[in-house]
Order: sequence, then structure tokens, then C-alpha cells
Amino acid sequence: MEGLLSLAVKAIFVENLALSFFLGMCTFIAVSKKVSTAIGLGISVMLVQAITVPANNLLLTKLLSPGALAWAGFDNVDLTFLSLISYIGVIAALVQILEMVLDKFFPPLYNALGVFLPLITVNCAIMGGSIFMGERGYNFVESATYGLSSGFGWALAITAMAGIREKMKYSDVPDGLQGLGITFITAGLMAMAFMSFSGVKL
Amino acid sequence: MAQTRREMLIDPLVDNNPITLQVLGICSALAVTSSLKVALVMTIAVTIVTAFSSMFISMIRNHIPSSIRIIVQMVIIASLVIMVDQVLKAFAFEISKTLSVFVGLIITNCIVMGRAEAFAMKNTPLDSFVDGIGNGLGYGLILMLVGFFRELFGSGSLFGVTVLETVNNGGWYVPNGLLLLPPSAFFVIGLLIWAFRTWKPAQVEEREYKIQNVEAH
Repeated sequence: MEGLLSLAVKAIFVENLALSFFLGMCTFIAVSKKVSTAIGLGISVMLVQAITVPANNLLLTKLLSPGALAWAGFDNVDLTFLSLISYIGVIAALVQILEMVLDKFFPPLYNALGVFLPLITVNCAIMGGSIFMGERGYNFVESATYGLSSGFGWALAITAMAGIREKMKYSDVPDGLQGLGITFITAGLMAMAFMSFSGVKL
Repeated sequence: MAQTRREMLIDPLVDNNPITLQVLGICSALAVTSSLKVALVMTIAVTIVTAFSSMFISMIRNHIPSSIRIIVQMVIIASLVIMVDQVLKAFAFEISKTLSVFVGLIITNCIVMGRAEAFAMKNTPLDSFVDGIGNGLGYGLILMLVGFFRELFGSGSLFGVTVLETVNNGGWYVPNGLLLLPPSAFFVIGLLIWAFRTWKPAQVEEREYKIQNVEAH
């Protein structure tokens, strides 16, 4: 239990997907103009991340890793080279299913998240979460924890960023830095702030 | 398309750069630029994937039903990325270790998807190939520039060859450790954007709120 808790804290703060691995930066920069949309996107990412990482973990351990197909009589088959293509397949399919389920059973939530869900398929934070899970060899419970908490970390980062940008639009920025440039520099300062968590040992 | 092939190749370098103007493919641009060698390998990988995926998608563009086009594009891109990944693992294992997840993340690199969707679905295979190479190089240009500054001032070397002798090795240069850490990439790119937009004022974004000069009475 303690291990899982420290994994979660690590994934949220120390190894924040957005600010220390720069994953999902395209959406992070593009959709952080308003706090309300940022929160919507953050929640969708968290939801999708929490489902896809454990799902990909099952796929990896039960089908792709060396010797995983022993139950079917293929003892020496190693399919890990297929992991990238199967992750993206799982992500695309799950996003599609999630969209349909939300539309059917939770219409208000669907209306709030609607536009962001398709965007998530090409969000590198989701793909990155799955690849990290594979590289670090998490088991099922660990990967579920990692998925949820890393998604939460990303949501936290984009919400904070949107808050800053909402205030910042009233400030007098030099012409060339206006818009994209100043956003990058703000993100850099936030990343430095998050780096101070790296001393935290649990 | 009134553009000539030459324009298609050169346009994305400065005038329509994927990173500084189209805001595509930023994730990897930030993460792999702490040394020039890694940035170069990443540039080559992305250029190859963008060029060939655009070409293949353009070849079959008339046979893809539009409702499943994203998945078809994904499959083509993912197959190419897997090939690049395997080649890197076989011939440049050290670099592939440093790049770690970022080779896999070329799949979700918005440049590849963006060009496939915006250009390759409407143009001939050869044009799309050239467009892919142009955008890959435009991405690479930024990557190499950022890598140049970060490696030169962060560790005093270029491509691993010492240029500025650091204090630790008995030289005079005190390396700026911040430049090796991730946040510095944000600053370098932010400043690069500033430089680009000062050079090409047409790229400056409109302000949402203008500060007005009010005459004192």
C-alpha cells in the first residue's frame, strides 16, 4: 500500500507528465486559454489514462511479452515489437467506446467533454503513460495507480497553466513574445517550480 | 496547389515552421534536445516517418473511407515508427536508450498526423513526400538550434566534442547546469520564437486586449 502511495505521489508531482517529460504539450499549449475548458480536458485525460494504462498492461503481459503465449502452445514467441501499434489501437478504440458510453449514459458529462475526447487519441501523454508502464515493468495494480495519478498530474498542470494564462492576457507582453512565446516561458517557469519536488523522497 | 515543389520544401523551414507557427510536435522538441547528437537522430527519424507516411497515405487517399481515416493513418504511421524503432535498436542502441519513449511517441507526434490530415489527403504522392520532408526539416531546424544552445552552454561541447573547455577539466568555462535540465528547453524555444517573430513581424499574434495610451489631462 505504501509503495502504491509513493508511486502515486511520484507520478503526480515528481515525474509530472506535462512538466517534466513534456508529454501532451501540443494540447497543453493549445487548450489552456480558459480554466473551464482546461478542467474539462484534464478530467477527460485522467479518465482515459486511468483506463488505457491498465488495459495496455493486460495486453502486454498476457499477449505480447516473451513467453506470454505459452497457453496457446507458442512458448518462444516474442511479440513486444508489436506493442506500439497495439497500444495506439487500444487507445483509439477505448476513446471511441468511452465517447459512445458517455453519450448514452451520461449526456451532461458528454456535452461538457465532447469536443476533447477525440483529441485525446493523439495526446502523447496517454501514449507516453502506456510506454512508460511497459518500460518500467509495472504490474496490474501498479499500472492502474500510475495511470490514474499521472493523469491527475497532467490535469493539475494544465489547470494551473490556464489559470496563469487567464491573468496574463491583460499584461503588456513584447510583440514578438505575444501568445506562443510567453506561454513557453511561463511553462518553463512552472517546470522549474515542479522540479523542486524532485528532492521529495517517500 | 500553386506552390512549386521547391517552395513546398523551403516554406516550412521559417515561414510556416511546424513548431513555432503551427504549434505541432512540441513534446519531443523539448525533451530530446539536451545534446545535438540525439537531436540529429530524432530529426532524421521524424523526417523519414513524416515523408513516407505522407507518401503512403497520399497513395491510397482515394480508397480510404473518411469515417475511418484516422485509424488507417494511425496504422500506417505506427508501422513506420516501429520500423524506425527496430532499426535504431539494432544499429544505435545507446541513442535509442537515450531517446527512450520518444521514438514511440513519434506516432502521436502531431506533425506526422497533421501533415497527413492537412496535406497528404488532398495531394499527389510525390508532392506529399516533398511536403513531409520539408516539415520534417523545419521541425529539425528548431530541434538542432535548441540542441546547439543547450549543449554548447550546458556542457561546453558540440556533438560530444569539447568546444569550451570546462572548469572541471582544467579549462575556463563554467557550464550552466540549468541548460541541461528540462525547463531550459522551454526558455530556449520561447526566445527562439521571439527571435523568429522579430525577424518576420507577420507572424506576431493579435492581442486580445490592447493597452491604450491615454493622454494626461
